[in-house]
Amino acid sequence: MTSTEVPSSPMLELLSGFIVELRAAGLPVSLTENLDAMEAITHIPIENRDAFKYALAATLVKNNSHWRAFDTVFEVYFSLRGSEYSLGGGVDDLPEITEDDEAPMNPDAGGAGAGGAGEAMSPEQMAEMLFQAMRNGDDGLMRALARQAVTRFAGMEPGRPVGGTYYLYRTLRNLDLDGVLERLMEEAQEQSPSPLTQLEERLERDEFESRIDRMKKEIEAEIRRRLVADRGVEAMAKTLRKPLPEDVDFMHANREELVGLRKAMYPLTRKLAVRLARKRRHGRKGPLDFRATVRQSLSYGGVPADPRFRYPRPSKPEIFVVADISGSVAAFARFTLQLVYAISGQFSRVRSFVFIDGIDEVTRFFEGVEDISVAIHRVNTEADVVWVDGHSDYGHAFEVFWEKYGREISPKTTVLILGDARNNYHASQSWVIKEMSKKARHVYWLNPEPKAYWDTGDSIVSDYGAHTDGVFECRNLRQLEKFVDILE
Amino acid sequence: MDYRFETPASVSTRLRDVDYLSNEAIAGVVFLADRLGKPILVEGPAGTGKTQLAKSVAEILGARLIRLQCYEGLDESKALYEWNYKKQLLRIQAERNSDSSWEDIETDIFSDEFLLTRPLLEAILSEDPVVLLIDEVDRVEVETEALLLEILSDYQVSIPELGTIAARQIPMVFLTSNNTRELSEALKRRCLFLHIDYPDMDREKEIVLTKIPEITDSLADQVARIVRSIRQLELKKSPSVSETLDWARTLLLLGVDSVTEADAIETLNILLKYQSDITKASKELQGDSGAKRPGVPRTS
Repeated sequence: MTSTEVPSSPMLELLSGFIVELRAAGLPVSLTENLDAMEAITHIPIENRDAFKYALAATLVKNNSHWRAFDTVFEVYFSLRGSEYSLGGGVDDLPEITEDDEAPMNPDAGGAGAGGAGEAMSPEQMAEMLFQAMRNGDDGLMRALARQAVTRFAGMEPGRPVGGTYYLYRTLRNLDLDGVLERLMEEAQEQSPSPLTQLEERLERDEFESRIDRMKKEIEAEIRRRLVADRGVEAMAKTLRKPLPEDVDFMHANREELVGLRKAMYPLTRKLAVRLARKRRHGRKGPLDFRATVRQSLSYGGVPADPRFRYPRPSKPEIFVVADISGSVAAFARFTLQLVYAISGQFSRVRSFVFIDGIDEVTRFFEGVEDISVAIHRVNTEADVVWVDGHSDYGHAFEVFWEKYGREISPKTTVLILGDARNNYHASQSWVIKEMSKKARHVYWLNPEPKAYWDTGDSIVSDYGAHTDGVFECRNLRQLEKFVDILE
Repeated sequence: MDYRFETPASVSTRLRDVDYLSNEAIAGVVFLADRLGKPILVEGPAGTGKTQLAKSVAEILGARLIRLQCYEGLDESKALYEWNYKKQLLRIQAERNSDSSWEDIETDIFSDEFLLTRPLLEAILSEDPVVLLIDEVDRVEVETEALLLEILSDYQVSIPELGTIAARQIPMVFLTSNNTRELSEALKRRCLFLHIDYPDMDREKEIVLTKIPEITDSLADQVARIVRSIRQLELKKSPSVSETLDWARTLLLLGVDSVTEADAIETLNILLKYQSDITKASKELQGDSGAKRPGVPRTS
């Protein structure tokens, strides 16, 4: 090992603050990793911001889904320290950058915006420059424009208690990037000798969209940089802190978080499928393989000292999913259904039922469908789940379920009931669950509400739960994953 | 101790010399692994060049690549070492008539001569530089992972009969994982982590150009653009880099200079391996106009 040079103390302080924030954001950073990071940065020239970032990432982040969280914290902590940024004077250094980048642009722009550097630029000139920057994919100009745009449109004032998204929204509204995209597409259409085919059009659009995304990122970074300068690193990191995908609460996820959840879903299902298959085989032996045993006994002089067994083929359980899909818990039902179907290869059969106050079997929507999200969409639009008023009535739904499908529950069946058991003060009919657990192999109840809320108000989860093999709190992917692990 | 690389940039250029196009993250982590003497855990989707990275690093260092392919049921007799018990038996039988004592025989049969080295021990014992590749480490059971811990943190192997064998030189170690299960904390803690994702468009184009020298620049550009477009769709399995290369080679064989929709759709089965993905992608490529696609900002 090399002898570790101790990094200069301000650096050390900054780094430990950084790690404290990473931990606060939920990343597991151990002491060894902390030390590794400190050693790593002694080998990296600190002026090289990217190398510095990757050095920290390699030592501190050991899970790719945590990268986003790391990225945010890094940008906050080290945003004022990159070589391309000078502290403070965001506005002052702008004109010269603009000029530098503009000079080679002028012939292209046909004189538009000539000499119009910095504050003197009119909105039209600025729009024109933006268009040029996008067309040529000019990163330097994009950065300069991002600064200019934030200065001009965001209306940032020191000490104002407004989130970064507000400023971002204001800036983007003024820039009209969608309009720029349309203009770029039109120009691409005009300039090509023959009309663009669908494919070419699509490729052009992809290219421009990726440039526009880059522009948005530049603007975001610029706003963040200024907010950090204004409010200080710790305060800023705290406001930007977001839960990791596996910790996002199903019931309160916003749109962006739902997208993140969907992305996290796929690797998770693959992982679970492998794990379930492995677990089922692990540590079990099939019936005695007579032939192989006799064969093996020859090497012991005919004594069957080493019995051989067949490869185990344990029977797979049949799963019934009974899900409440009323508004408050719909997202949870969707993710669970998706998860169960994604690992359905591990079960002999999956049947699903959805209810609000009426109940309907939706297995048919999933049959022969490769894309689960399509099936989920059909469940939400086509299933017949409303009986009277479209408010959850667990009691009635269970009663009907028992009447129609109760006979099909067998000792091979595992029943999963999904819902918050908020019954709107209807009769609970918990005898259904009692009968069900007599017949079925297991009955589990998954509740997306925090444990503290159970049995408050109209929630009667304990009424039902008493008859099941277990009630599980499933507020996020992490808990859902843990539950599936015990499923067999 | 001598370092193998001077700067991250030199890693990048030397890798380029052997036709492996790295990016900043890859070069940076390889550089650090050398400086810190730590293994690299490489994770990412299949077919993004994780194994190739280890091979290329071995090539630029002029080192021997020792590869341990992991699988379910791997144990120490396959990974570390095994006593050659048949030879030991023969030895004991041969000694039967001589008058040497049991102690002599015992020290004799537990010596290097009767030791069968397996990849991990081999990497430790090697005199000349080696690169150790532990491939698809996520396939072994959690309990088996523990086998690796000693070698990963201290570069040594303990054999009860012989004592501890320390490495003669610290090898570069790469572990690859397709992330089918969570690796244990203990393993992750000992490694530097590198996630290799699908390359961005420019890098992919360069990869195509490097690996298939006879392709034209414009075709490579088109290939990279179409692949990027396809990767944006929600698919069961996005095309990997190796599939991109296969596709580019196919187009070249078919004598295509510029990819039309029809060409693309006819050869999609090289890029995508699921029928549902192929259907989805060909529908997207030939028609439903861009405005309806998800993720496209609508003009309001």
